[in-house]
Amino acid sequence: MDDGRGGKSAKIIMADKLVVKNLNAYFSQIHAVRDVSLEFEENRIAAIIGPSGCGKSTLVRCLNRMHEVVPGARATGEVLLDGNNIYDDDVDPVQVRRRIGMVFQKPTPFPTMSIEDNVAAGLTLNGVQISRAERDSVVERSLRQAALWDEVKDRLRRPGASLSGGQQQRLCVARALAVQPEVILMDEPCSALDPISTARIEELLLELKSAYTIVIVTHNMQQAARTSDKTAFMYTGNLVEYGATKQIFTNPTRRETEDYITGRFG
Amino acid sequence: MAAAASFLRGETSYRIRKFKSDGMMAITVGATILTLIPLFLVLGYLLFKGFSSLNWAFFTHMPAPVGEKGGGMANAIVGTLEVVGIAALIGVPIGVGAGLYLAANRASQFTNWIRFSADVLMGVPSIVIGIFAYAIVVRPFGGFSALSGSVALAAMMVPLVTRTTEEMVLLVPPELREASLALGVPNWRTTLSVVARTALAGITTGVILAIARVAGETAPLLFTAFGNRFWSTSLFHPINTLTVQVYTYAISPFPDWQRQAWAGAVVLTGIILALELGVRWMTGGAAKAPR
Repeated sequence: MDDGRGGKSAKIIMADKLVVKNLNAYFSQIHAVRDVSLEFEENRIAAIIGPSGCGKSTLVRCLNRMHEVVPGARATGEVLLDGNNIYDDDVDPVQVRRRIGMVFQKPTPFPTMSIEDNVAAGLTLNGVQISRAERDSVVERSLRQAALWDEVKDRLRRPGASLSGGQQQRLCVARALAVQPEVILMDEPCSALDPISTARIEELLLELKSAYTIVIVTHNMQQAARTSDKTAFMYTGNLVEYGATKQIFTNPTRRETEDYITGRFG
Repeated sequence: MAAAASFLRGETSYRIRKFKSDGMMAITVGATILTLIPLFLVLGYLLFKGFSSLNWAFFTHMPAPVGEKGGGMANAIVGTLEVVGIAALIGVPIGVGAGLYLAANRASQFTNWIRFSADVLMGVPSIVIGIFAYAIVVRPFGGFSALSGSVALAAMMVPLVTRTTEEMVLLVPPELREASLALGVPNWRTTLSVVARTALAGITTGVILAIARVAGETAPLLFTAFGNRFWSTSLFHPINTLTVQVYTYAISPFPDWQRQAWAGAVVLTGIILALELGVRWMTGGAAKAPR
């Protein structure tokens, strides 16, 4: 496949962090993702777009084995993280999820925990033994990375649910970052947010890209165009087209992609 | 203008609808009042009859022999607290554990059967539960005991606690569970530290209501804890409880004992009322948690 990034960046050889090979995902009888193969490069943002029900959320949930959490759901095929298949029999899904974090559509701070406890939840719930000082520094680093530190540093003991929706979502980003994953999956992270909060999350994505590999599912085509390096278009469970974002949005090779992007359906 | 006014004034169909609505409202208000009348009659009569027999000695003295004035139900009050307390120690962990399991495995055939059994068990007459405890504890141990009474009450608590725990856990949004799993937290830890923790206020409410429910039971204790005229806190000997003592005194021919029975009923109602108020107070403070 043409790497399509063009210009200066084409000279840098990027490593493929995550490689998906012939992935199929099912919900009981429903075949939600059909034989999808694609790769996500390190320190890049990839966007997955497509109409509702096209399988884009299911695809990202397969990338950290969250798909199988739903009763009756299963997946076949391979997902290689640094060359190792996360679907091998001897791989513990819990370990996979520590390396591949996820942020969901709805902000989900744990209601019984304070802001700082929410950020540290991935560590404390996993029984990681750390000193108070280490914990504080993890909380501060994660909140700074999530661009939330300045807004909450004076009320870290307040409940996580006391924040606004946009702040809660950044809190969830901080919580995902605290366990130091290598890949961050985002499943429509802005669909419940107002435009200002959305802009903040998008800025955040661009800052995080230097340290993480990011895959974002979005309904918002402008968001994909603004933030991502590569874009995948999915339709009825199939990967229709995957390429450099610029090319997908200006010169798609497939008719379905063009129709969707120009708003003729979806 | 004229057209609008006639439209607003309405057709006959509107007046008929309004008439029906008022009629239905009157019926439901009437039904509510009818429901409340016996409640207040019972409580009022209980207080009227019981309060006069209630004094400090009632809480601190042992039952007096027939014909002797005074005496109290100290042993029965302690006995009720002990039997119900041990029942809670047995029944609550089993019920909460089963409820967590049912909530985590919604769809399997096995859990459907457990759920169905719990619902049936809730409807089993309490005297039958007493016979069950008699068969599995009293007979093998060779005698009535406080422990057998606790087992009987625990058997009544388990289905109640199981079902409320399940319902409360199901109120926790599945997104929270997924958020925890996505952090690489193992399933068991997610269930305990995130899901059950979030549902804790609701689960506690269910537990206290179940305790209040069994604290007022007499039938399952008649041939398990049995009753005891003397002071006993041993798990392996018969023990006195308020309900059984009230029952014994109420059917006796002696006016002194009958007065004591009224007082015992007031104390029992007071204990249950205190538990229910405790629930109100707790949920008032923490009802926002599961969301």
